[in-house]
Amino acid sequence: MQWGSASEFFAMGGYGLYVWVSFGATAVCMVWEVLAVWRRHASAVAESRGES
Amino acid sequence: MAINWFKYSSPQAFLPLAGRMIPWFSVAALASICVGLYIGFFVAPTDFQQGDSYRIIFVHVPAAWMSMFLYVVMAIWAGLGLGLNARPSFMMAQAIAPTGAMFTFLALLTGAMWGKPTWGAWWVWDARLTSELILLFQYIGIILLRASIDDLRRADRASAVLALVGVVNVPIIYFSVKWWNTLHQGASVTMTESKMATPMVAAMLIMMLGFWMYSFAVTLARMRCVILDRERQPSWSKHSSIHEVVEAR
Repeated sequence: MQWGSASEFFAMGGYGLYVWVSFGATAVCMVWEVLAVWRRHASAVAESRGES
Repeated sequence: MAINWFKYSSPQAFLPLAGRMIPWFSVAALASICVGLYIGFFVAPTDFQQGDSYRIIFVHVPAAWMSMFLYVVMAIWAGLGLGLNARPSFMMAQAIAPTGAMFTFLALLTGAMWGKPTWGAWWVWDARLTSELILLFQYIGIILLRASIDDLRRADRASAVLALVGVVNVPIIYFSVKWWNTLHQGASVTMTESKMATPMVAAMLIMMLGFWMYSFAVTLARMRCVILDRERQPSWSKHSSIHEVVEAR
């Protein structure tokens, strides 16, 4: 463990902005994609049922 | 994946199979990403040259790998679709494209976040970066071409041809750091040697595994949507049992 404190961890040795934007953007995109597919599936199933 | 896709290529067989596999891939993805993040942030040491900015590698490299790999997989499905005239293959290619595009975008974005502190520039017209940007345009082109053609059969074929032609860019991206003098660093890890400390490599590989599992889960889930959406298209022959399959899930 190399972090003395939480603020040291979030500072990332001065590179905090770059590191957290990278990880944050990746997390946002992946979660967003999962939710989008989820919604699309729900509506596809609903429409499929409505027609049958 | 060791699955006989031909056996499961009919929508009626695919839907329940996908429904059973998606949770497993999702759990595997979540678990490996959590382990990878833990090792990446708490076990892997600070790099003596790049400081902590190097930790971007744990999302950058897996995203870049997936961007190329998903393109190849998509092109293989597109080629199978053209060769065998198999609709499910085209549908797989269609289901993969958005995830590939997303990882290409993320590879470029995280690359910019790494380039700024390391090279002093968000972007340079270096061979690796430029060819990866072209890959993003290719994905967008394939998605838009499909969307712009109303006839599903024509849309399938046209986007498959575009995907196949574009596969030539993947080796260009991969070998760009060898073929040209690039600002982008060469491969840190190859099959035979590694230039990184063991926990760094472990975190990167585990994150890559997680992104793999994520891609399986999300493309299978999108494949289900594509099947259901197309089932409603009048051009596709109706299988009455598909509604029962959906209900049964």
